[in-house]
Amino acid sequence: MEIPTPGLAFEQPIYELEARLQQLLRPENHRPGVEEEIRKLRRELAETMKHIYDHLSPWETVQVARHKDRPHSGDYLALVFDEFVELHGDRKFGDDRAVVCGFAKLDQRKVMVIGHEKGRTYKERTACYFGCAHPEGYRKALQKMRLAAKFDLPIICFIDTPGAYPGIGAEERGQAWAIAENMYEMSRLATPIICVIIGEGGSGGALGIGVGDRVAVLQHSWYSVISPEGCAGILWKSHEYAARAAGALRFTAKDLLDFGVIDTVLQEPLGGAHRDPHQMATRLKVYLVKTLRELSALDRTQLLQERYEKFRRMGVFLEDTAPTTADPTPT
Amino acid sequence: MKRQKRGVPEGLWQRCPGCQEIIFRKEAERRLGVCPECDYHFYVSARERIRQVLDEGTFEEWDMQLRPTDPLEFVDKKRYAERLVEEQARTGLTDAALTGTGMIRARRVAFGVTDSAFIMGSMGSVVGERLTRLIERSTAEQLPLIIISGSGGGARMHEGILSLMQMAKVSAALARFDSAGGLFISVLTNPTMGGVAASFAALGDFVFAEPRALIGFAGPRTIKATLRIELPKGFQTSEFLLEHGYIDRIVPRSKLKSEIARTIDYCGK
Ligand SMILES: [Zn+2]
Repeated sequence: MEIPTPGLAFEQPIYELEARLQQLLRPENHRPGVEEEIRKLRRELAETMKHIYDHLSPWETVQVARHKDRPHSGDYLALVFDEFVELHGDRKFGDDRAVVCGFAKLDQRKVMVIGHEKGRTYKERTACYFGCAHPEGYRKALQKMRLAAKFDLPIICFIDTPGAYPGIGAEERGQAWAIAENMYEMSRLATPIICVIIGEGGSGGALGIGVGDRVAVLQHSWYSVISPEGCAGILWKSHEYAARAAGALRFTAKDLLDFGVIDTVLQEPLGGAHRDPHQMATRLKVYLVKTLRELSALDRTQLLQERYEKFRRMGVFLEDTAPTTADPTPT
Repeated sequence: MKRQKRGVPEGLWQRCPGCQEIIFRKEAERRLGVCPECDYHFYVSARERIRQVLDEGTFEEWDMQLRPTDPLEFVDKKRYAERLVEEQARTGLTDAALTGTGMIRARRVAFGVTDSAFIMGSMGSVVGERLTRLIERSTAEQLPLIIISGSGGGARMHEGILSLMQMAKVSAALARFDSAGGLFISVLTNPTMGGVAASFAALGDFVFAEPRALIGFAGPRTIKATLRIELPKGFQTSEFLLEHGYIDRIVPRSKLKSEIARTIDYCGK
């Protein structure tokens, strides 16, 4: 019997039903009445999956977003686009494997795609530091995005990173500067930009390719000011409080929509994108084609004005405009 | 026991975090909060910065009516809503940034300063909004823009994703200011980290830093924990960043005002 490893603890009931189903489907187990049994089991499996996935806790969502089989940028590049022509290098230092850039064809439209890449095999994963970009990754992205604006290609960014890489080289090469400059320039690049968080949206590392005209998230992604482990380490002084921090940070798709930070939640297939990457890719493609059509209808001045206003509105604070209200006296 | 405010011990004497010498408090104050023995630059509050950099009595505060709130209903060891009230009482500030206008050697400027004592000088919605309004007003009134950053906290965790979005909001406002030909001088002080370093603080036309300030994206503890190695001496200091090409000038506090005035003059603003 095939046991999926490593499994997610909260998915155990799903694995058990799947294992039973596998058994029944074997030819040697064929007997009268088995079809009916299989039908019942399939229904139970779907219901169980729906129940579990409708009630994911924020911490469970993080685990789905990090699932080893969850589609990465590379998978969507293959499944959503008709062609991908990779463009390497930041022209300054190197070619960061944590960020993939290149021309792509979306139906008949030519676009520039920028995506974080986490890698699949151990070799790939270490080569791209598990999706944590260095400054050269952000600079490569910016250099390609500038070319896109120059040659009138819309930009599609796939965000999937635990965070920007925390390391000596990254600091020596100005990680803070690289991320800041990307936001600064993305806010005024005169071409449509669509950003989609496909898994993890870890802090400044995500935002470094995250300023666009539309921002969407896949249903079981997270997008946060800090990772739950990082937050737990600072505020609770222990990573063991990660689940609690995950709840406190309000970073699920629904929260992001409520706070006005994203425009759209793309529903994932039953049981998460990793269970059906093709279906997820189809939905993503429909969204991208439709959104690109909307954005292309705007003239560039209006596009940039709306992009500015979109981020300008973000934030929640109190404002007592009554001029008579005095400042509270400092104690 | 009364907890001392960071870097500002009470009494006549204080110990310098730079050289560990006991120094006369009045003497350090006279030198704008700089150790007479080793030139270590102590923490100074946002209000004190205004006194040090702007011409006396010229500061007019903007957007002081903005108040932070608790949109996430965030609770760690205490409720964020309570934490805010405590920090406000302790610092006399409503949030971690003050903005407004004033004169620097008779040149009118738009001026912002963060106070690293208010929740680590972190940026939530109020800091982001005050700075964005400051930048927009400098754009409209064609004022040179000066922002002095001090933030160990970066983007404020307690306001979650809304804090992260302030980085984009402020950066977008600065891009417009830049497109309009505005002059932005960013001054980095100890410490300037995380989402503050990775947004407005990095985006100056000119970036100055006080000597020996800690400046960077990832905190040294995070890097140490990730790599499990000792960090090189002087890592993430002003001097380290100057050497790597990210800072225009290291400016001692006593020279800051005149250096800002001179830069404004060179840029014809
Ligand atoms: Zn000293």
